[in-house]
This record gives sequence, C-alpha cells and structure tokens, in this order.
Amino acid sequence: MTAGYNTISLGTGRKEFNPKKPRSGIEHYIKEAGQATVKSLGGAKNVDEGVIGNFMACRFVKQAHLGAFMPIIDDGLRHKPSLRVEGACASGGLALVSGIRSVLSESADVVLAMGVEVQNTVKAIYGADILAGAGWFKERKEGHAYFFPGQFSNRAGAYFEKYGRDKTRQAFAVWFKNAIENARLCPTAQEYENKVEDLIGLALTEPNPRGFTDHLNVFDCSKVSDGASAIAICSEEGLAKAGIPKSEAVEVIGWAQIVENITEKPSDLTKLTTIEAAAKKALELAKITINDLATIEVHDCFTVAGLLSVEALGFAKPGEGPDFVINGNTARNGKIPFNTTGGLIGWGHPTGGTGVHQAVTIWEQLTGKAGAAQINIPKDKPYGMTINMGGDDKTVVAIVYKKTS
Amino acid sequence: MNYEEKLQNVSVLGAAGKMGSGILLLTAVEMADLQLKPENKAKSFVLNAIDVSPAALTGLYGYLKTQVKKIAEKKVVQLRSVYKNNSDLIENSEIIDQYVDDVLKLVLFSTRIESTYESTLIFEAIIEDSDIKVKIISQILDNNKKDPWFLTNTSSVPIDELDSRASLKGKILGFHFYNPPAVQKLVELITTKNTNKELIEFSKAYAKNLNKKLVPSNDFAGFIGNGHFMRDLLFGIKQVEELHKDLSFAESIYAVNRISQDFLIRPMGIFQLMDYVGVDVCQKILQVMSSRLNDKSLHSALIDKLMALGVKGGQNSDGSQKPGILLYEKGKPVAIYDPNKKDYDHIESFKSTLDAKLGKLPTSHKSWKDVVGNKKKEELLKTYFDELKPLNTMGAKLAKDYHHSSKNIGLTLVKDGIADNAENVNTVMLTGFFHAYGPINSFLD
Repeated sequence: MTAGYNTISLGTGRKEFNPKKPRSGIEHYIKEAGQATVKSLGGAKNVDEGVIGNFMACRFVKQAHLGAFMPIIDDGLRHKPSLRVEGACASGGLALVSGIRSVLSESADVVLAMGVEVQNTVKAIYGADILAGAGWFKERKEGHAYFFPGQFSNRAGAYFEKYGRDKTRQAFAVWFKNAIENARLCPTAQEYENKVEDLIGLALTEPNPRGFTDHLNVFDCSKVSDGASAIAICSEEGLAKAGIPKSEAVEVIGWAQIVENITEKPSDLTKLTTIEAAAKKALELAKITINDLATIEVHDCFTVAGLLSVEALGFAKPGEGPDFVINGNTARNGKIPFNTTGGLIGWGHPTGGTGVHQAVTIWEQLTGKAGAAQINIPKDKPYGMTINMGGDDKTVVAIVYKKTS
Repeated sequence: MNYEEKLQNVSVLGAAGKMGSGILLLTAVEMADLQLKPENKAKSFVLNAIDVSPAALTGLYGYLKTQVKKIAEKKVVQLRSVYKNNSDLIENSEIIDQYVDDVLKLVLFSTRIESTYESTLIFEAIIEDSDIKVKIISQILDNNKKDPWFLTNTSSVPIDELDSRASLKGKILGFHFYNPPAVQKLVELITTKNTNKELIEFSKAYAKNLNKKLVPSNDFAGFIGNGHFMRDLLFGIKQVEELHKDLSFAESIYAVNRISQDFLIRPMGIFQLMDYVGVDVCQKILQVMSSRLNDKSLHSALIDKLMALGVKGGQNSDGSQKPGILLYEKGKPVAIYDPNKKDYDHIESFKSTLDAKLGKLPTSHKSWKDVVGNKKKEELLKTYFDELKPLNTMGAKLAKDYHHSSKNIGLTLVKDGIADNAENVNTVMLTGFFHAYGPINSFLD
C-alpha cells in the first residue's frame, strides 16, 4: 500500500465546524482524498480500478451508487471498474480487502481504495437511528435510543460486574487521554485543537442514564465525523508503473475478513471473539505474533471496545486489560503504541472511512511520514496492524503490514 | 381535587405572547406526559391556547411544534420506554414525531374567551394592566361553573389587588415565570394570607414537575425580580444623566450599558435588558409599581420620552431583537438612539475614544459567559473584584457605584419585607436574570 491521504475529520471540536452553516457534501470528500492519492500515483492513467467503502450515505445524505462517483476524482477513471462496498463501520476495511483481492488475483496492479462518510447532516439522536443499521433491525425496538452506545454500555456493564468498575472506568479515562493527546499531534484529527487540561477528570464524568447510557459517558464514545481517506493498493508492477519506490510503501503480509452471525447476541459480553479470530488468522498468515508489532490501530468506537480489543488481541489476559492500559502500555511511548493519531475517539470516526484511515496511519508510521505523531519503529519490529470492526463485533477486517526493507 | 384532575382542562390567556407561549409549551408537555401514563389512557386532556390575534395563534402553532420536537429529542431515552408497547414506533425519529403529535393534539387554539368556561385551571399572561386583567377574570368567573384556579404571570400587579377586585376568594396566586419561560429556571411564587392552601400545594407540585426553581416573594408591586430590575435600571438612567453633562447622550448610554455588562460581568448591559424586556413593558411596570407603592421616584422621563417617540424594543416572533434604545445587528448593539436627534448614533464613531476614557478592564476580567458556568466562579469573581476595587479609572468608578447601588437595592428589598431574606433576592437574580452572582455580596465591601 502507498500514497495514503486523509481529509480532516470534520465535526464538533474542529474550528471549521459550525452546525448551523452549510458544509461540503460527500462529493467534496471523495474528490479531495481521491485526487491526492491519484496525484501521488502519477495520474489516473496508472489506476486500474477503484473501490469506495461507505456505510450509510443512502440515509445520511440520501445518496446510493457511490461507485459511479469515481470519475469525479479524475476524468481518467471514466469507464474503469469501480464499486462501493458496505459492512457497517468496517466498510473502509472491506474496500481495502476488495483491493487486496483484485491485486492478488492479478486483475489489477493499482487499486484506488477509499472510505468516506458524511454524518453531520442530522442531529446525533437521528444519527443513532441510522447507525443502528449496523445491528439487526429486529433488535432496534428493544435497544437504547442511542443504539450502539447502548450495546457497548451493556458490554461495559458486564465487564464492570465481572472485573470491577472503578479500575475499568479509570482505564477508559486513560484510553481517552491517550486518544486526545495523540490527536493533538495530528493536524487532520477532530480533536487536534482540544485544549482540555484535566482529561482524566473529564473522562471520569459519571454516566447519566437519563440522558445517555447506563455505563458510558460521551467521552467514552467516538466522534460524529465527516471525512474520507484514500490509499493505493499496488502489486510490485503497479508500484513501478506509478514510479513509487518500495521505501514509500508498506507490504501487506497478512489479512483476514470474517463475519459473525448478526442475528445472534454475543455469547460473552466481555469478549470480542470475532476480533480475536480475525487477528489470529491475519497474524498466522503473516507468520508473526503480537510481540513483533511496533504499533496497532484498533477500532475504539468506544473506550470499552478499545479495552476489549487489547484483551482479544492477547496483549492482556481477560480482566487484566485495565491494568495494561492504566500502566501506560498502550500510550505512544508504551510497550505497544495503540492508535497513534488518536483513533476513533481522538482522530474521528467517519464510519465508512475509518478502515482506510487506519491503513493510512500505519502506512505513515512505517514509512516515517507521520509528522509530529511519528513514533519510533524499532528495527526488529517492522510491523503494524489494523483492526476494523463493523457493528458489535460482527464484521472484522484485520490486516498486517510490514515496513519495506 | 388532585393534581392530575386540575390539569385535565386548562386555559392559557395571552397564549401567543412572549410569556404565554412559553407557559403553554411547558404546560402542554406536562399534560401530555400525564396523559401518556397507562392509567390515564382513557382520560381526556384539553389545553386551550387563547389569544386575541389569529395571526399570532398561527405563529404559536409553529413555535410549539419546533419546541416540542426539541424537548422530545432531549428526552428520547425516556420516551422510548413511554412508547415501548407501541410496536409501530421503532426508530427515534418515529417516537419523536409521535410525541410531538401527542402534545399538539391536546392544544385547542382559540380567539374566544368562552373556551375557558370548562377549565379548572387558568394561566393569565395578558397585558400588564390591572383593569383588563380584572375584567377578563370576572367574565370567566361569571360563566365558568368549575370553580377554577387562576395562576397569574403578572410581574408587577399585587395579587391581593386582583383577588379582591375580581372576588376570587383566594383562588389566585402569582406564578411569575421569567423570559423565556422554557429556559429560565426561576418562578416567583406570590401568595397572600387569603390564598387557597390547595392551590399553593398544586403550584409547588406543578413547579417541581416543570423543573423550576420556586422562590417566594411577598405581595408588593414588582415583587423581587422587577423590584430589583426597575430600580437598577433607574440607577443606570441616573448615571446616564450625570455623564451626559460631559458626554453626548449616545456616549453616556454606551458607557453605562458597557459598565453594567463588561465591568460587572453580567449577561447583557442594563439598556440591552430594557430593550429585551420591552421599553413599553418597563413603562407599564413602573406605572404599576409607582402607584401601588406610592413612590414617585419609580418613574423615568427618558422611558416616557422613548415611548412617545415610538421606540419600544421587544422581540420579533423569531426571537430576534427589535430596535429599542439600542439598534442591533445579528443580536449585537451597533447604534444608540438619541431622542433629541430622533436618530441612532453609530457606536463605532465614538467607541475607541470612549473606551480609552473609561479605562481598561482589570487584567483578571473574564466575560460573563466564561464565568457563569465555571466551577471556580467564586474564586474568579473574588480575584476580579479585588483587582477592580483599588482602580480609579472612570470605568472602575462607575462600576463600583453601580455595584453598590445594586447591592443596596437588594438589601432594601429584604428590609422592606418584599423578600424574606438575602438568599431569595440572590436566587432571583441568578436564576431569573442569569446573573453570575447575586447583588447581595461582599465582593466590594
């Protein structure tokens, strides 16, 4: 993968954002991200096909048929293959997988993979209706007004009951603090300008079940975001065609895309079993272990999802995730830096775009392009990984990347 | 008669007015919440929205719809459980729309006073004129056989006066909301020795359900809120007269408005507040207070002059400010009316010179917005006033005089028995006027 690009993640927190003023449409984001990547590739002539990951444009902006927007990026993409893929918040990951498959099947040498979402068209309470489409609609009636925060609040509640509340909430607060501090280093992040001094105090605000959920507060949640990310998936021939040296690219050495039954409730609310299975599969294919990773991007749509991912990936045993996080292991200078540009809580969560944003972050870190957010990539750990989740652990895309030597 | 039965047939008089519309909104929501309880399914609830203007009632419908929707959006977590047995309502949007329907269908819009004749509870929010209030209440009493209770929103007329003139026998009390009723937490409760005890109990329960802060005031014209505001305004006008000896009229108004806002960390300057309430309303309140309290000093030649020239202030139906003594652009004052010139002077033409004359704000100054919700409010205010105290700039001197006057007004309200204690005065100013601190304080002692 190479030539990554992120638009800003627009929404509350960004100074450009004013809910009362008109904003750019989805076309703007597709164009901005797409044109940046196409330019790095030496023009649309070097692009064989396109794929757009998107979750709910059909409801947020009343627009379907996104594949046919590719030519707005560059006229040279007219009459080339392009499609839109959907797997809720893993839609971006599916775009990557779609591109990887095309390259592996040798039907394309260069795939422009993109993820996009525009969500600030409706108030959060109506956005919750739209995002609930990532769950089984037959469970919507019984669900919380804020459906997904409700689902993950239930997970948090189950975890509190099994392993204790105070330390777990403390871990959520540390997770939030890391996310914001990382976002402050990334100019495209939604929380880039966050100036709050006492992040832990803020994150420990007691949840308010009358207005929101039982066990999570708004700081435990990812952002409502507009944004797009793009990256190119290339064969070696594709890289040569685009004139991009290998040092500017990362190698995909393992991946997995799996699903769980959406009509069934999780067997254990304190575990993300699909993430566990997908990560295992991708790491096996890559022939490495988690100990070889220099950094990882996980799908922290909620602090509790971040915490449970730490355990699902095997960094901590069940119930020991809070200690692992509180002790600083997931911080940017910790044992294994997680979400180095802020993740979904700090950078933002344009749902269909997130999977691609994660890939761009890993590409930036492994090629030394992360700017102020750059972390040290040890020579003996030239690997990164992304975990992109759709719904409540129902579709998962795990990808392992290697710095090119 | 229990709480719920009293709320089954209610009328709001002056429902399309600034205060009436807010009272109607809050009452409609409270009644709908009662009706939506499973045990009340079979009961009927009626809320008559009565106003003299058909056009205003049409506008009222739009206001209600928008506001109820906002309320529904905020409490959708609870509404999902209210509608849990309705399998057709799945998404938040469907539940919110249903709730808006359920609230609006209680409301019957009417221009006819006859609509009140079946009501057991009547909110009065009409013009601040004792004669008209008495006339309408008497007409209702003559025709309504339900022995109704009256809650009046008067901000100045003594309750005892309405009670005796309309022969209400204690079935009225002052239930004075602050503008806008849907936002401001305060309700002043004014009772007399004759007030019906059940009515008092009902009012307390009603205020609690509306999540309002109830502050008792004794039955003197103007009560606590206007008792303070009117005297505070008159002091500001007096300062303007003094300043006008050396400054132009517009400059004098600008200076006092800025002192009372910036230097005293209030949400708006005193003359902006006068425009917000309405110059006409201020004049009426002063007339009522002056005659009932037999105090000729409760009068302003400036206000009379403005009214004679048609400068009235008040708000448009969309909530934007009409021109008053100040002229507004996007809600901000840009010019000041000079009654002698009969025209507005632009603030920009003298602002920088005059600001320099007033002197800088203390370095620890923070805007009202930054102070009011701040956890360290007391500390911030103390630091600020400690810094203001020794300053001798023109602005600081005016601010200190204004501050002392405001405190004295508060203390007099307690001394004269209008407020039972200093805390009640401070609560009224904090929750009804959104001040960051109460007037009775020791910041500048």
